[in-house]
Amino acid sequence: MSSGIGVFGIFFAAVFTSNILLTMYLGMCSFLAVSRHVKTAFGLGSAVIFVMTATSVINWLVYYYLLKPFGLEYLMYIVFIIVIAAFVQIVEMIIERVSETLYTALGIFLPLITVNCAILGASLFMIIRNYTFAQSVSYGLGSGVGWMIAIVAMAGIREKLANARIPKGLEGAGISLIIAGIMSMAFMGFTGMIGLG
Amino acid sequence: MNKKIGKITLANLGRDNPVFVQVLGICSTLAVTNVLKNTLVMSIGLVFVTALSNVTVSMLRKQIPTRIRMMVSTLIIASYVILVDIVLKAYMPDVSRQLGPYVGLIITNCIIMGRAEAFAMNNKPFLSFVDGISSGIGYSYVLLIIAFFRELMGSGTIWGVTVLGDWWVKWSIMVMAPGAFFMLAVFIWMVKGVILKDAEVAK
Repeated sequence: MSSGIGVFGIFFAAVFTSNILLTMYLGMCSFLAVSRHVKTAFGLGSAVIFVMTATSVINWLVYYYLLKPFGLEYLMYIVFIIVIAAFVQIVEMIIERVSETLYTALGIFLPLITVNCAILGASLFMIIRNYTFAQSVSYGLGSGVGWMIAIVAMAGIREKLANARIPKGLEGAGISLIIAGIMSMAFMGFTGMIGLG
Repeated sequence: MNKKIGKITLANLGRDNPVFVQVLGICSTLAVTNVLKNTLVMSIGLVFVTALSNVTVSMLRKQIPTRIRMMVSTLIIASYVILVDIVLKAYMPDVSRQLGPYVGLIITNCIIMGRAEAFAMNNKPFLSFVDGISSGIGYSYVLLIIAFFRELMGSGTIWGVTVLGDWWVKWSIMVMAPGAFFMLAVFIWMVKGVILKDAEVAK
């Protein structure tokens, strides 16, 4: 197992230099669809942080204690996606019972998350890069935070854009992609601070 | 029947194209468009998965309970993706290593799920197959165009062969992350411009 950079290093790298959205293109679908208002973006972002961290932990345990001893690594995809879907379902049921306010804030976003590529992507990267348990936790958390920063910033820019005049063909998806490109260039400025293998 | 097939195909290639009209499923694949070869491999995998999972979902559509249908279609898709992954690992280990987790991420590609939900659930297996193939191809050709320009401008090569000589200053930004965003945005802009003009002429 690699332990080149420490747990905090991985966290910062996942947030800034290897931002899962802006450099890996993961989670673009919901990024473009749910980035109209800062408030909803914030809600979705927090749900992603929570689910991503938790599923990274569960998937790590499942992979190293269940799949690997039995030589079933090729079932990784199917198992991971089941874990994510089941986890989201359970969390949804729990918060529906426990807290009405939390449910209205986060609940509506949870079903969206199952098909969010970033969640599965984080788990797959963690396996491919041979992270240890602690590294996986910080990678999951960092990727979630990075994703949230990106979507909240995007929503903020798009709220301002409502007053701008945009060429007709660029309205909607086009302009969002250009903004994403510029944001991605800004995040490239962090490269060199710290690197992820 | 034949008319229907033609109609579905045309719609998926043009007017309802998953990428530039619906802006779906760009997540897992933008990342591989910096090299043409990887994009082609990825596209073939995607067409295969879309077509076969569409057929399977369509054959099982009367047996699947509505409440868990998303789960079932995800599992069907995941099984086909595992097939693609194993084949790639066995025959093209280099490409497989470069694609990394993105092959697995075909599972969460919204296009496949979207077609299974919107089309295969209500149509016969054969029509679903046609729909799967054509929306897969509609998706692939956009990616291939993007990959062509990114590789050409970013590294001065096409398919690994140098086309532009030393005089060409490589736009290294094109092979990095922002290039994909800009390229796709420009592409959508141009296509939308054409569509808007057509709509005006029609008026």
